[in-house]
Amino acid sequence: MADVTQSPVMPGHGGETRRDFLILTGAALGGVGAAIAAWPLIDSLNPARDTLALSTTEVDLSPVQAGQRLTVVWRGKPVFIDHRTPEEIKAAQEVDASTLRDPQKDADRVKKPEWLVMVGVCTHLGCIPLGNKPGDDRGSFGGWFCPCHGSVYDTSGRIRQGPAPFNLVVPPYEFTSDTAIKIG
Amino acid sequence: MAVPSHPAPSAGPRNRILRWIDYRLPFWEVVQHDFMEYPAPRNLNYWWNFGSLAGIILVIMIATGVVLAMHYQPNADLAFDSVERIMRDVNYGWLLRYIHANGASMFFLIVYIHLFRGLYYGSYKYPRELLWMLGVVILLLMMATAFMGYVLPWGQMSYWAATVITNLFSAIPVVGNDIVTLLWGGFTVGNPTLNRFFSLHYLLPFVIVAVVLLHLLALHQHGSNNPLGIDKRGPQDAITFHPYYTIKDMFGLCVFLLVFAIFVFYLPNQLGHPDNYIPANPMVTPNHIVPEWYFLPYYAILRSVPNKLLGVILMFGAVLILFLLPWLDTSRVRSARYRPIYRLVSWLLPIDAVILGYVGSQPPAGYIVTMGQLATIYYFFHFLILLPILGKIERPLPLPLSIAEAVLGPRRPAAAGEGE
Repeated sequence: MADVTQSPVMPGHGGETRRDFLILTGAALGGVGAAIAAWPLIDSLNPARDTLALSTTEVDLSPVQAGQRLTVVWRGKPVFIDHRTPEEIKAAQEVDASTLRDPQKDADRVKKPEWLVMVGVCTHLGCIPLGNKPGDDRGSFGGWFCPCHGSVYDTSGRIRQGPAPFNLVVPPYEFTSDTAIKIG
Repeated sequence: MAVPSHPAPSAGPRNRILRWIDYRLPFWEVVQHDFMEYPAPRNLNYWWNFGSLAGIILVIMIATGVVLAMHYQPNADLAFDSVERIMRDVNYGWLLRYIHANGASMFFLIVYIHLFRGLYYGSYKYPRELLWMLGVVILLLMMATAFMGYVLPWGQMSYWAATVITNLFSAIPVVGNDIVTLLWGGFTVGNPTLNRFFSLHYLLPFVIVAVVLLHLLALHQHGSNNPLGIDKRGPQDAITFHPYYTIKDMFGLCVFLLVFAIFVFYLPNQLGHPDNYIPANPMVTPNHIVPEWYFLPYYAILRSVPNKLLGVILMFGAVLILFLLPWLDTSRVRSARYRPIYRLVSWLLPIDAVILGYVGSQPPAGYIVTMGQLATIYYFFHFLILLPILGKIERPLPLPLSIAEAVLGPRRPAAAGEGE
C-alpha cells in the first residue's frame, strides 16, 4: 500500500529515487535563491555611490617647499606627501632593497624622486605614524615612526624596524601637471 | 478530549556532534517535535497558509529593517535626505526600502486574512482563547510598529501622521495634553519624537517575535483548528506537518512572493502617498491627509463620531473588542460550515471593513459621513449584538464524527489514515 505512493526506484541508479533527485535539485535551487536574495542585503553595506564619489583627491603641490611634508585626506585616510630633499632621496636610493623586510626599490615607490606619496596608515594595525609634522619623532631612519607599536619607516616609507609587515602603501595617483597630483 | 497523535519519536540526529548538542540543548528535538512531526489536522485548506506567511514576512521585515537602519539617520535634519540617499546611492537601497515599505502592507494583508480565517472557522473558541488574544496583541504591536515606521522618512505624511496620531491621546480627560507633550518630548512633533520613534520601531519587532513564539506555544498546546472546527480524535485525523504542510506552505509562499514582487518592482509607490516625498514641514498640513490603507477603517470610525473622546475610544475599541470575541460569540460550534446563518453573516464584517476603508480614504463630506456612521454602527453591532444573539438562536448543522470520516468517507478503515 505504501509502495504505491513511493516513487519507483530508477533502474541502475543504486537505489536513488526520483524523490531524492527532486529533493536535491529543489534544495539546491532554494539555496541559490536564498543566496541571491541575501546579496542585496550584504551589498548594501559596501560603499554607496556618494561614498565612491569622494574617492579621488586633487592636490596642488606648488606651495610645498623641499623638505616640507603635507598631509591630505583621501577616502577618509591621511595621505603623506613628502617633498624630499636631495639628501633624503640619496639615503632612500642607497639602501640595498634585498636586505629589507618588504623588498622594494625607492624608484618603484615614486613617480618623481622628489615627491613621495603614501597612505599615512601604519601597515601593522592602522595607526597614523608620526613624522609628517615639524617636530615629530621621525624615528632612527629619518622617515616616519609609529607611536602605537614602534614601527620605523625610512625616507622612502619602507619598514625598517618594529612589527609592521609591509612598507607604507603607495596609493594610485598621477601628475595632472608638474605641480599637481590626483590621488585615486 | 482528543489526544494529539505523535508518531513514534525519532531517534534524534544521526550526527554525533548534533547528538551531543541535542542531549544538552534540545534544539533539534524542538524543531522535530514542533515543525516536522507536529500532527496537523489532515484537512487544512489554503486559508491556513497565512500563519506561516505572516511569520516569513516578519523575518523579511526584520532582515531588511536591520540593514536599512544601518543607512538611516534618525535626526529631523537628516532623516529625509538619508532616505533619499538610500534610494539613490546605497547599493540596492531602493530594493530594500521598497521591500520594507510594501512589506508592511503585505504583512497587514496577510494578518487580516489570517484574522478573518480565525473568525470564519471559529479559531478563537475554546480552548484557543489565549491563542487568539495573543494574536490580537501581535496585531496591536504591528500597528504601533507600522505607525512609527511610517514616521521615520520624515516626509509630510510622516510628520502629520505623527501629529494626528499622538494628538489622539489629547482626548484623554484632564491629563491628555500632558501625555501628548510627554510623547513628543517637546511642544510639537520634532527631533526628540523622531528619535524615540526610531528606537521603538527597532525594538517592537523583536517584542512581536517573542509574542509570536507564545502564539506558537499556545497553538501547539491544542493544535491547529481546521475547516470542520472539530477536534482531532486520533492519529487517523492528523498528518505530520512536514512534509505535507511545509510543502503546501512553500507553494503558498511562492504565490505570495509573486504578488509581493509585483508591488515591489512594478507598483512600489502605489500603496503610499506622493506627499511623503515632500520633506516634513511643521508649518503646512497637506490638503488631504489619509493613513496607509491598513489603518483606513479605524480612521473612518474615528471620523464618524462627532465627539473627540468617544471617537478615539471607538477607534481603539474596534481592535480591543477582538479580545472579548471568544466570549461574545455564544455558539459552541466553531466552523461557519456548520452554522448556516453565521456562514453568511461572517462575510458582512469584511465587507463592512472594506466600506469603512473606502470611507476613510474619502474626504469626509456628504453621504460619505452617513456611510461611515452606518458602517461604524454595524461594526460594533456585529460583535456586541449579532454574535451573542446568533449563537443562541441559530440551529447548527450536525457535525461530522471525525475529520478522517469527513475527509475520506465513512467506510475507509482507520489504518488507511497512516500518513506516508
